[in-house]
Amino acid sequence: MSNPWLPWEECWKTDLGAWFPGERVVFRGQDLFEELPDLPWMGLLLYGITGKIPTKAQIRLFDGIWALAASFPDPRLWNNRIGALAGTARSTTTLGVGAGVAVSEAVIYGYQPLMGAMESLLAIKARLQNKECLSDILQDKLSPRPQGSPRPASGKSRCVARLPGYGRPIAARDERIAPLMKLARELGLDQGPMLKLAFEIEATLADMGKSMQMNVVGLMAGFSADQGLSPRQHYQYGVLCFSAGILHCAVDAAKHPPGAFFPLRCSRISYTGPAERRWQVQNE
Amino acid sequence: MSEPTQAEAAQDAAFEPITTAIWHETADEQNPFLAQRCLCAGFDVFEDLLGKAGWIEYLFLLFRRRQATPAETRLLNDLAVAIANPGPRDHSIQAAMSAAAGGSTLASCLMAALAVGAGRRNGGREIYDAMLLWQACQKDLSLWKPGLKEKHYLSYQQQHNGHDFDVWPEMEQAPGFAPHAGACAHPVLRTLAHLAKVAASLGMDTHLAWLHGHRETLERAAELPLAMTGVVAAAFSDLGFDPQEAEILYLLLRLPGAAAHSIEQHRLGWRDYPFHPHGIKLDMDPQAQSKETES
Repeated sequence: MSNPWLPWEECWKTDLGAWFPGERVVFRGQDLFEELPDLPWMGLLLYGITGKIPTKAQIRLFDGIWALAASFPDPRLWNNRIGALAGTARSTTTLGVGAGVAVSEAVIYGYQPLMGAMESLLAIKARLQNKECLSDILQDKLSPRPQGSPRPASGKSRCVARLPGYGRPIAARDERIAPLMKLARELGLDQGPMLKLAFEIEATLADMGKSMQMNVVGLMAGFSADQGLSPRQHYQYGVLCFSAGILHCAVDAAKHPPGAFFPLRCSRISYTGPAERRWQVQNE
Repeated sequence: MSEPTQAEAAQDAAFEPITTAIWHETADEQNPFLAQRCLCAGFDVFEDLLGKAGWIEYLFLLFRRRQATPAETRLLNDLAVAIANPGPRDHSIQAAMSAAAGGSTLASCLMAALAVGAGRRNGGREIYDAMLLWQACQKDLSLWKPGLKEKHYLSYQQQHNGHDFDVWPEMEQAPGFAPHAGACAHPVLRTLAHLAKVAASLGMDTHLAWLHGHRETLERAAELPLAMTGVVAAAFSDLGFDPQEAEILYLLLRLPGAAAHSIEQHRLGWRDYPFHPHGIKLDMDPQAQSKETES
């Protein structure tokens, strides 16, 4: 049997691109300096992900989502807090932002619901095309998960909400929906069928007596689906969306006195473990 | 240690607590932000544990909140030795070295090793998946054989969460088995044989012994040789860790090699580290295309 790695040794075949030192850069088959110099950063990001040059309206919409919906300057938010902690502990801004971006792949917010919401929206669409009724689909999705093995952890189960894109921790109403819809209307990108379905789901949930308003992740799923992104591409588009908020929180904390970000006194620890005991030295 | 004053008690009640069964502190009398005593799962860390507990014993205590038995300590210790350094060709170590060769911060070297060593191919997530497989099949060949042949493990996510979407890439092979290896690697065989022997003193019917006894049958069912991740998952199962604990311990215990290789490459620098100068074969090069058109 021939070794499967031999053809790959010192041979990375790709259509992504390459740097020709001192000469040029090729990006997805185009010369970056000659053919793509007018594309802004968000345009290049979308081009890299989809392989298609986005329209001006698409660039503005996807840029607006990042600007209005993701990078909030509040260091209490779980990922932003990594930036703030890095700043207060006098680590580097880059380390704080790098770790904060990684942390954004969370269960209750961030990239896991981001991807889940789009998968869920597409799955609902597929079931509707199968002549199922929307309220039945939603009822089914909200029914309890099967119990039993396998168990990822011995403690509380942590996984993405049963209907990602609807409901929200801390606050019920999502203040980002209205400004993003205003932007979408201005760009003429507010009438897509998946966006309409996203709102229809919210209305149906309300009719069913469920207090689960759409959150921005549900809205983003609608936008991306209407613009032809796959769930994986939607996730890839989102990967850096929180980076500016984390960055600003890191910089702000670095301007404050060292260690001053929400210092915790010893008594803030609520201990629930075993009572005090002595270590027994054991010999095998 | 003095009792908190009424004002201090009221202040404490107003703040949100951090709940933990791992760590307890009592404050210095003069400074509420300075710890006087630290207890880990009930043991005074600096008055009792320090000087008595070995590092591996302390590691076990942190996760399990009880003292390990000598047999558990030995097994975890030897497992930690087996995986401490996967060597400079491993992807996670390459990530750490690539960071170091460019002169990056040392923290970023370890972050790079963690990020790359976290995945479904030989990484932390494979350990998690393999632990789920052990939970589902136990030590029962009648479950393992069809489970591996028919790839039942692909549906665990769906079974647990009620959905399939996941930020992790799709699983591409049976967790704990090595695609493209051809045969079970010598270090894997040696580790399995050794750990199975060590685990015998746990005084139970161990996953490691069962795996040692049925390796070839399982390999035939999976149509792949056993990987180190399969041995590691069996060892963590014997030590009573759950999939999340096993995943994070695997990430942690592979960091020593990443750290040492980072320091070495930091000192050597980028000129002594491969850049693969002729390694990229570009499928779509506009200059090559225009030359073709001209000719």
